[in-house]
Amino acid sequence: MIPLDYFVVLGAVLFCIGIFGVLTRRNVIGVLISIELILNAANINLVAFNRYLGTPDGLGQIFAIFVIAIAAIASVVGLVLIIAIYRNGKSVFLDHFNLMKW
Amino acid sequence: MVKIAHLIPLFPFLAFVVNILFGRRLKGASAWVSVLASGVSLALSVVVYQGLLAGQGPYDLGKWLTINGLPIHFGVSVDSLSVMMLLVVTIVGTLIQIYSIGYMHGDPRYSRYFAYISFFMASMLGLVLADNFLMVYIFWEGVGLCSYLLIAFWFERPAAAKAGMKAFITTRIGDTGFLLGIFLLFIATKTIYFSDLSHIVPMVGSEWMLTAAALLIFCGAVGKSAQFPLHVWLPDAMEGPTAVSALIHAATMVAAGVYLVARTYSLFVLNSFCLETVAVIGGISALMAASIATVNNDIKRVLAYSTISQLGLMMLGLGVGGYSAGTFHLMTHAFFKALLFLCAGSVIHAVHTQDIQKMGGLLSKMKVTGTAFIIGTLALAGVPPFAGFWSKDEILLAAFQSGHPFLFGVAVLTSFLTAFYMSRLIFLVLFGKPRSSLHAHESPKTMTIPLMVLSFFAVFVGLLGSPLTHHAFQNFIFFGAPSVEEGQASGAMMMFSTVLSLSGIGLAYVVYIVGNKILPVNIRARFAPFDQLLLNKYHFDEIYDAVFVRPCLKLCDLFSQFDRIVVDGMVNGTARVVQWFSAVLRPLQTGLVQHYLLIQFLGVIVLILTVMGKLCFRF
Repeated sequence: MIPLDYFVVLGAVLFCIGIFGVLTRRNVIGVLISIELILNAANINLVAFNRYLGTPDGLGQIFAIFVIAIAAIASVVGLVLIIAIYRNGKSVFLDHFNLMKW
Repeated sequence: MVKIAHLIPLFPFLAFVVNILFGRRLKGASAWVSVLASGVSLALSVVVYQGLLAGQGPYDLGKWLTINGLPIHFGVSVDSLSVMMLLVVTIVGTLIQIYSIGYMHGDPRYSRYFAYISFFMASMLGLVLADNFLMVYIFWEGVGLCSYLLIAFWFERPAAAKAGMKAFITTRIGDTGFLLGIFLLFIATKTIYFSDLSHIVPMVGSEWMLTAAALLIFCGAVGKSAQFPLHVWLPDAMEGPTAVSALIHAATMVAAGVYLVARTYSLFVLNSFCLETVAVIGGISALMAASIATVNNDIKRVLAYSTISQLGLMMLGLGVGGYSAGTFHLMTHAFFKALLFLCAGSVIHAVHTQDIQKMGGLLSKMKVTGTAFIIGTLALAGVPPFAGFWSKDEILLAAFQSGHPFLFGVAVLTSFLTAFYMSRLIFLVLFGKPRSSLHAHESPKTMTIPLMVLSFFAVFVGLLGSPLTHHAFQNFIFFGAPSVEEGQASGAMMMFSTVLSLSGIGLAYVVYIVGNKILPVNIRARFAPFDQLLLNKYHFDEIYDAVFVRPCLKLCDLFSQFDRIVVDGMVNGTARVVQWFSAVLRPLQTGLVQHYLLIQFLGVIVLILTVMGKLCFRF
């Protein structure tokens, strides 16, 4: 059996890549993809710990499915927002949108 | 007995509400609302008068509020003095409102005018019926407000707006004294009811308080009745519509001061010093105003000074102990002075000028107005058997019997001057030849009918207090205070005052009709400095301007500077400090989502490290 550490490290690496992407990507679609990475890092941890701890009714796995479903919805909303932003500002680059400034 | 006296002020008040709310829609009908309301009040007053004769007295409408354990009631005072005032106010008020229909015809604020007049009627009637100082003060301010609103009724004219303010501020000075007097009286006697005044017993060592209270209350009367030294507002008040001058500034409101003194007479009788103050102030006002009236050329201002003078005479009458003389003159004066003002209004309506030097020979063109004017003049001059004769005679007699030769002399001289300046007025206005091209015409019926009715009163109302009716008025109004002796008009005094009036009229005839144009000019040139003094009204306006108004404005200026520099500076300074700090912190807000996210992320890391650090240190 593959040790738990592998999964945890994989999750941590994915999470860090995701955070890095969210913070540095100019393209809004890139940010959205990075958010998916963060969510999937969490999913890996859920599934791995479920298996490792042997929770009898597969609670972690069910939880992961929920996360995937909600992540799909979140991406839909996100994409809609991106389209709206694009129509408004003719750009999908985040640094073009600083309307929240004083 | 039906208790209806409290309904009397209610009807004009309802008329006020209707006119102020629906005046624009009512248009011309608004006048009739007011006239009808005051007609109802008049009818009710007559009923109350009959009730009084049948033995009805003051009554109580219930508790209003409690101050310091002292319950204050809505009391309605029904006695001879208040009923006399009720009748005078409602009769004169109704007639003047009818007159106003014609006089104010076509004014853009027609219904507003009648709303104010109705409010005035309500306040004045409330003032008359109030049985305690607190309610009197409320209505006192009500009439003051109406006076202000109506003087400044044509506020498009700067002079009218200024006159309104002058009247308001000047009377306010007196009112402040009045209010302090009420407080002091309450401290000294624990009562604010007029009915308690006749049997108050001053606590030992607090007699001075009552004296001071009486003098302070008199301050209010001085302001309202335009007595020296607060008389300056009344001549300027003539900027208002003439009907208003007749109602408020001749017949009723200015008489409120005299009424107040009469109402609180018991307080003044306690100390002879108070009575003497009243008499002396009245005497000064009477003589001063009468002398100014002899040279003034504005038809309304002559009458205004005459009003000051006659009110002074009433005060003098009250001050020398002639309670019934003063109140009797108050009543007769209300009728003939209202008549004179309405005549003046009719003349102004016809010739569109107030300068008597431009008038002349109007009698042939305005027969009704002219005749009424002559009747009013004879009544004011004190020619028997007109109204003014009987009441003025009473005052002269009271002054004579009081043993103050100086005050008697003042009263005599004032009576003489009154006859002189009133005759001068009608000689210049009604007789002789027109001194400028005037297209005079008689006024409409709504204006002449009130003149006729008032003329009737001006002729006959004096008989109520004459020996012919056995002094019916004096017996009706009798004030049973100690140390006040009611005089019986003696034959000699009547002869004397008749001669006095006739000589005044005669002198005016010689100067202004026989002497025509040359004699007045010569006399004036002869006494040039005195003439100038009179023309400048003894320089009261200039002195007040220099002593009170301008320093006050300077002080206001100083305060406004303080406000602008210190107060505004503090507020603006606070704002500027905040602005400065925000300028430093503002760049943090970049508006870029990723910056916020980064900070959030760093925050989470710090949180995690903190929690982990704590866990590490525990183990």
